[in-house]
Amino acid sequence: MNKYQNNNRHFFDKMWRFLFRLTGGVSVVLLVGIFIFLAVNASRILGSISLGEFLFGAVWNPTSYHEPLWGTLSLVYGTFIISALALIIALPLGLGTAVYLSEIAPRAVKEFLKPMVEMIASIPSVVLGLIGLLFLAPVIARMFGLSNGLNALTAAILVAFTALPTISSISEDALSSVSPRLREASYALGASQWETIWRVSVPAALSGIVASVMLGFGRIIGETMIVLMVAGNSLAWPRSPLSPVRPMTATIAIEIKEVVVNSLHWHALFAVGLLLFLITFLLNIFVDFWLKKKSI
Amino acid sequence: MLKKSETIGFFCIKASAYAGILLLLAALALIGLAGYRVISWQFLTGLWQHQDIAAGGIWPAILGSFYLGVGVTLCSFPLGIGAAIYLTEYGRQNFWRRSIEVAIRNLAGVPSVVYGLFGLGVFVYLMRLGTSLLAAVLTLSAMTLPWIITAAVEALQAVPPALRESSLALGATKWQTIKQVALPLVLPASLTGGIVGIARAMGETAPIIMVGATFYLTKLPTSPLDKFMALPYHSFILATQHSDPRAVEYASGTALVLIVLVFILSLGAIILRYYFRSKYKIQ
Repeated sequence: MNKYQNNNRHFFDKMWRFLFRLTGGVSVVLLVGIFIFLAVNASRILGSISLGEFLFGAVWNPTSYHEPLWGTLSLVYGTFIISALALIIALPLGLGTAVYLSEIAPRAVKEFLKPMVEMIASIPSVVLGLIGLLFLAPVIARMFGLSNGLNALTAAILVAFTALPTISSISEDALSSVSPRLREASYALGASQWETIWRVSVPAALSGIVASVMLGFGRIIGETMIVLMVAGNSLAWPRSPLSPVRPMTATIAIEIKEVVVNSLHWHALFAVGLLLFLITFLLNIFVDFWLKKKSI
Repeated sequence: MLKKSETIGFFCIKASAYAGILLLLAALALIGLAGYRVISWQFLTGLWQHQDIAAGGIWPAILGSFYLGVGVTLCSFPLGIGAAIYLTEYGRQNFWRRSIEVAIRNLAGVPSVVYGLFGLGVFVYLMRLGTSLLAAVLTLSAMTLPWIITAAVEALQAVPPALRESSLALGATKWQTIKQVALPLVLPASLTGGIVGIARAMGETAPIIMVGATFYLTKLPTSPLDKFMALPYHSFILATQHSDPRAVEYASGTALVLIVLVFILSLGAIILRYYFRSKYKIQ
């Protein structure tokens, strides 16, 4: 009896172990599955569109009557303009927030402010897009004397908010894990708090801060709804931050509903998706190696 | 004594910490102001009328978002907790474990529109689910999974090892230890992480545009294979593709309902977290 129970116990133990291992594997299967699926669909364009045209062609016009053009460079450039502007806005704000939370704020303020910042992440991006349409775009239009305010700058300001929680929360973690001894040593040498923050704490946490910026960058690149609503949706080559643009994400979201399943256009959109996937994947892998190298 | 330049510097840092939050609160307040007038009992509980947007309500969209939330919870929560248990309780530092961790971090970085493409290709066409509630739930679950795993792993790592060790020392098996010691402590904490993830999934628009949300329904969805309406998509269409001059006001009203829903969920999660922290005295 006793022995039987014992076996039963260990059988359950093994079974659960197997089940947990299976659930752990789901993530790997999902990631590899997404990649393979995108790659297989994207590879169908190879016979019809040259890789050179796809990657370096300046014009994306798949529905042209004369000759469809499949250049993604203007889409990538649109994504790049918005991302660069958004980072310029989000980086000082995010880093400032992180420094304030970890180095300056009293504990009670921190306990209140940190969840608030994290709650920004849960604001639906469609709401940010709506804010842009209703309030920010008119302001931008008036400021710069434009006929409408739907352009890269407006989108970038709003997209910056989606990266803010990522940048500030990961940077804050990095700053908080800097050993207090370093700061104390700096104070003991007569440095002010300001000098200690910028000459000791921030350099010591730099690897984490860089990682936070890369991850924030990834979020910015992938943002869809805001750019769909306020970036202006123009396929013309953007000339300035005030030009309307159409980034990769918006292009996929707009066109995928209107194309014939398994047509060349459909596969080309999957190729754009693959491009996006690879960019964010490389960013993440870079962060992974960067942090690992620094922590040893 | 602070130098003058440092005083300015400290002020800038403090300002940047508050600026983001204040600007955003101000913007949300503006949305509220733009949309609160359309909110009425009829707007919240009525069926959507396509011809006259003032005559109907957004009940189908609220219900659709609710179904989405419940579906995502049912799909990704058990999987996420299971994976987290594997990572913290069983996984040794080997190649397999390392690849799972890398996969989770990378999945969290995959843009939502790429999940949409994946869902459209795999769930809608390959598995022949059609553009449906089920396809959307599966797509959003895939997107939410890494967030839930991360939250649960953090919670599990906070359980003091001494508790597990004493359970094992008393002769309990690994599974018994997990079930009796770790899970009761961890479930509430990972629940809060999970709620935040689900709130985010409910606000997500790009993937559901692609896999099954629709703007107009003649009847409420009765099976998982039906099309559905959802709050973020509804607001998006009203704001950008509707010709009615009052559409923007109704878009704001819909967005307001969505924000309130998401904030109630997130706030509930934060309160739960504080409650359980003080109850179990774990960080």
